[in-house]
Amino acid sequence: MTTPADIRQKALNPKRWGWWYVTELRLREMRGYVSYVVTSSIGNPIIYLLALGVGLANLVPQGIEGVPYLVYVAPAMLMSTILSVGAEEGMYPVLSGFKWHKVFFAIHATPVTPGQIVGGFLVHLAIRFTFTAGLFFAAIVAFGAVPLSTGWLVIPISILGAYSILTPLAAYSASIDDDGGQFALIQRLVVMPMFLFSGTFFPISQIPDWLEWVAWVSPLWHASELGRIATYGLSEPIWLTVTHVVVLVTYAAVGGYFMRRAFVNRLTR
Amino acid sequence: MLVSNQVIRAENLTKVYGDFIAVNNISFEVPRGESFGLLGPNGAGKSTTMKMIAAVSTRSSGNLEVLGMDPNTEGPAIRSQLGVVPQEDNLDQELRVRENLIAYGRFFGMPRAEASKRADELLEFAQLTDRVKSKVEPLSGGMKRRLTIARSLMNDPQMLLLDEPTTGLDPQARHILWDRLFRLKERGTTLVLTTHYMDEAEQLSDRIIVVDKGEIMAEGSPAQLIRQYSSKEVLEVRYGSDNNAKVAKKIADVGERMEILPDRILIYSDNGERDLAEITKRGHHPTTSLVRRSSLEDVFLRLTGRTLVE
Repeated sequence: MTTPADIRQKALNPKRWGWWYVTELRLREMRGYVSYVVTSSIGNPIIYLLALGVGLANLVPQGIEGVPYLVYVAPAMLMSTILSVGAEEGMYPVLSGFKWHKVFFAIHATPVTPGQIVGGFLVHLAIRFTFTAGLFFAAIVAFGAVPLSTGWLVIPISILGAYSILTPLAAYSASIDDDGGQFALIQRLVVMPMFLFSGTFFPISQIPDWLEWVAWVSPLWHASELGRIATYGLSEPIWLTVTHVVVLVTYAAVGGYFMRRAFVNRLTR
Repeated sequence: MLVSNQVIRAENLTKVYGDFIAVNNISFEVPRGESFGLLGPNGAGKSTTMKMIAAVSTRSSGNLEVLGMDPNTEGPAIRSQLGVVPQEDNLDQELRVRENLIAYGRFFGMPRAEASKRADELLEFAQLTDRVKSKVEPLSGGMKRRLTIARSLMNDPQMLLLDEPTTGLDPQARHILWDRLFRLKERGTTLVLTTHYMDEAEQLSDRIIVVDKGEIMAEGSPAQLIRQYSSKEVLEVRYGSDNNAKVAKKIADVGERMEILPDRILIYSDNGERDLAEITKRGHHPTTSLVRRSSLEDVFLRLTGRTLVE
């Protein structure tokens, strides 16, 4: 007859690796839409770079902040792409796991804990962001928009940036029972303004003073500025660079804390 | 230390959501190998009880031991030994039939090769071998249920928890499912099921607790409960919804006991045919009549004054 001690012993493997099994599941699921991920990951940068970086660059022949316009805009476009994937992944896929497909409940019926579900979810997305950011990075290198060898740092920076927007949104999505249009509102009133006023296409010094706060609270601005430091050595005071990192880490960590709490509440109530 | 023969031991188990008491101070035990049913109407607290046993919902008060452990503190270890069939299918729509099983087996730490082998065995058991590469969405309701049951068996569980396993299925699909569950019961798997279908509870349960409004109303085997709370036979007569109550007054002395429902009169007795003859003799010819054996539905009606499916 099995004793509790035997059972605890058998449960050690999922106790250690539960998060990885969740990642594995999500990678399996991704096979169903891998062609979309690959096509958009290759197509997006090329379209953006041609339209904005090359086309718009002709209107700004003097460049910005001492570098050609393409060099200026490329790291920010990469950040904007990865952060928008992060925002998307923090909304419907999370609510769906609780409400429509209920996959999170199915996983929680096994030894896997809510915290491991969150961990596996985030690790899977880090893999996805790395893939998409890696292809984008290859494209901007091919377009000659990365003068420095530290440019590859845009990949980890973009993952941190994506987490900083994903985790707070996922915390919210895990705590609502239905989407009565909130996601559309978030998209229009939070995500979209953030992309317009985050110094992606022009420095935030060009934004009226009364609107500049949008950039300061926007993870995209902080991620883009860090990306510029990595790709062409944007010169700024060290305190500002530290601020970028602190803001992104704070968003991601606080969001991650609330995301985990929302998952635990939803799965154990 | 050996685990006792009781796989579930609940004592004054209570679950409260705000002001609402979903489960109110219930106590019961389930021995290993038993097929145990929680019978009650929707909202009786069956699913909440099941979630606490499944170690996915923390209790508000009382004690609960599952496989000798406390679900509040040892949820993952307990869940590693359970198979769970939830009320609503939560199969992974992004994966194909066989992949659903393999991916699920991985959550228990099964190596991929072992999970694949087990998945093939269970697809055969669930009679789904011809659908292994199918997506989940096009499967019929019965097939999805069988796949969910196959999934719940991936870890060779000590106990299988089934929450309303056949709700929404057509009669044929229900019978196929019952057959599969009966086979598991024969193999000695402990089954715990909730249902609001009396025939399902009778078919699959060795012992039942009847639950209503979060409380246990009665406990025993289906036969014991029927013997204790109902008669051998039931005569159902219909006179039309406007006349049932009027006729009931005139035949109140027939049989042992009577229940007047909006659409029919139930007369509890040892000999339904004899009572039907008596009623007819008095000139009260029913529109339709039926003599049947007593069921758990009658037990529930007796205990609560309400029918199970309202």
